[in-house]
Amino acid sequence: MRARAVAIAAAVAMLAPALAQDRSVLVASTTSTQDSGLFGHILPIFKAKTGIEVKVLAQGSGQALDTGRRGDADVVFVHARPAEEKFVADGFGVKRNPVMYNDFVLIGPSGDPAGVKGTKDIVAALAAIRAAGASFISRGDKSGTHQAELALWKIAGIDIASARGPWYKEIGQGMGAALNAAAASNGYVLADRGTWISFKNRGDLVIAVEGDRRLFNQYGVILVNPAKHPHVKKDLGQAFIDWLISPDGQKAIADYKINGQQLFFPNATVPGA
Amino acid sequence: MRAPASDLPIVFEQASVVVRGVAILERISLSLDPGAPTVVIGPNGAGKTTLFRLAAALIMPTSGRVSWGGKAVTDGRRLAMVFQRPVMLRRSAAANVAYGLTEVARSARPARVQQLLELVGLADLARRPARRLSGGEQQRLALARALARAPEVLFLDEPTASLDPAATKAVEDIVRAVAATGVKVVISTQNLGQARRLAGDLVFMLRGGVHGRAPTEQFFAAPPTPEAAAFLRGDIVI
Amino acid sequence: MSDGASAFDLLFSGDPALLAIVGLSLAVSLAATVLAAVVALPLGAALALVRFPGRGALIVILNALMGLPPVVVGLAAYLLLSRSGPLGFLGILFTPEAMVTAQAVLVLPIIAALTRQTIEDFWVEYRDELTALRVSPARRVATLIWDARFSLFTAVLAGFGRAAAEVGTVMIVGGNIEGFTRVMTTAIALETSKGDLALAIGLGVVLLALIVAVNAIAGGVRRLGEIHAG
Repeated sequence: MRARAVAIAAAVAMLAPALAQDRSVLVASTTSTQDSGLFGHILPIFKAKTGIEVKVLAQGSGQALDTGRRGDADVVFVHARPAEEKFVADGFGVKRNPVMYNDFVLIGPSGDPAGVKGTKDIVAALAAIRAAGASFISRGDKSGTHQAELALWKIAGIDIASARGPWYKEIGQGMGAALNAAAASNGYVLADRGTWISFKNRGDLVIAVEGDRRLFNQYGVILVNPAKHPHVKKDLGQAFIDWLISPDGQKAIADYKINGQQLFFPNATVPGA
Repeated sequence: MRAPASDLPIVFEQASVVVRGVAILERISLSLDPGAPTVVIGPNGAGKTTLFRLAAALIMPTSGRVSWGGKAVTDGRRLAMVFQRPVMLRRSAAANVAYGLTEVARSARPARVQQLLELVGLADLARRPARRLSGGEQQRLALARALARAPEVLFLDEPTASLDPAATKAVEDIVRAVAATGVKVVISTQNLGQARRLAGDLVFMLRGGVHGRAPTEQFFAAPPTPEAAAFLRGDIVI
Repeated sequence: MSDGASAFDLLFSGDPALLAIVGLSLAVSLAATVLAAVVALPLGAALALVRFPGRGALIVILNALMGLPPVVVGLAAYLLLSRSGPLGFLGILFTPEAMVTAQAVLVLPIIAALTRQTIEDFWVEYRDELTALRVSPARRVATLIWDARFSLFTAVLAGFGRAAAEVGTVMIVGGNIEGFTRVMTTAIALETSKGDLALAIGLGVVLLALIVAVNAIAGGVRRLGEIHAG
């Protein structure tokens, strides 16, 4: 008698996760977005409104898109527009919806060995860093931040693959780790403003360059294509996407502040974003 | 229901045991008959232990035959062996004895364990972890464990070799009591005094062979072979 | 300095996030160890007692597998369990179930190899007696396992210690999802990379305490075994 009760309880316990997952959706996003604390702010609002639990898998943009390609997530929410458009074009995603943007800032030591502090031209700053051989930390992990950094080197006319030397350090890790490395080695690093504001281990680092339009970082959200992966939770995933680009979702994003500063600027309705 | 067939006499016919080219036992022809204890004497390396293993059906001869009560095979249930250095299970003394009581009904076991422990004088130590008993106590416990199987034949391989005189006497008293109940006891020893005290008949072994066999008094009075005579004199027989 | 102080605040205030992480870590590693033990104990005993061709090679391989790098196990599990992989239909990637399974794979060789060694040592000691007592093969196995129970429990504890302390497997296969697959080791890695050292230190202290406790229990069990062994 007791054995049967135990068996039933065990079976229910094993089913419980499966049942709970019916109202949950897995979103592959980036470490910098998670580290900024945005999800901690907007997801409870979404859950209160719809009862849907959003689980966030924080990876680099490259890895997040790969996770979507493999069908291991329901939604992809990253900031790497060319890669996102290719993702959709290749049939792995249904549609790319712009959501918001934040900006990158160039962080550097307060001693400023390359003499770039306070300039408004990121491209000139990078060229100066290269010329001075000042220490520069790169994420090197195919993330959106890394891809933005590479694009800027290209605009500066520097072929980073051949120009790299001991001054250029690729760490293959997330934004927090890159900032830690910059603090430890008195180096420059390109960071998203959100991670910078919430980063606690600043040491001697300050913002060296900001405000250049080329530093703006656009986010897009994409439903993984159920045609390629039939198990994808398309209704729940679409509900999340619809909310993100709705006035409610956009307001929740804009309301997220650290130290009174807004980090993310919603632009779902801006054409061409 | 167990068949009433007996495993005695144990008869060796030209039995040899060869291990890695070395003849441990060479063409043994011998009969172990029911009755008074048989003592096997001889120096180290004579092959006494191997003879016992063969007789207890723990090993097979490489040539020749061994038979038990006329049968070519035995399931060994009526044969019990106590090794020179017995190994106790990591349990209490009583549990070790109970381990051999598979043939006895569960309800009857505690009484039987108590009986056996009293026989070997260890009733007070029933609860003690068996491995914390002294050498002599473990030897007696091994005896009780072997007797738990109610064997027909009990082999004891140099049971008192490492014991002090008091412990030796205790073991010999138990052996005499056991033999008196009708169990055939086969004992090996290097101690001539023990042989004299316990044996009905003596078997003298040397270099893997039997070099003399006779009832005890006769053996001492008129040794059957020159080697036996030399051994009795106290010579080192190589 | 302030990180350390706030770490202790977190620890003693019973911060729910921290408790959830600790609870999940214990649940995953315990479940993985039990799962592994259920397979590894009989496997180790069989390997110790049964002679078959290739046994020697299998023992060498099993001993080598004790050193399986956790990240490699994580990677292999990830490739197998991904929706694009052969076991994708199970749909358990990035869930605690996958973490338990992968950790069980990591821990199984440890328990099996230690069991094999223990049972073999006990068999060498008990062989003559158990043979002379005409004990059936089934009873022999049961006797060896029971008499070796303290050593075997220590082997299982060793497996648990390995599971609780590793980060590579659960990171790759679990995805470190907040509130769902985040355990002590992955949380420490994450918080450190964010520069938020208070939580990392707090969890580090808890993890250390757990490992110390496991070793203390192992020592106590060994001593218990010695009392019985005499």
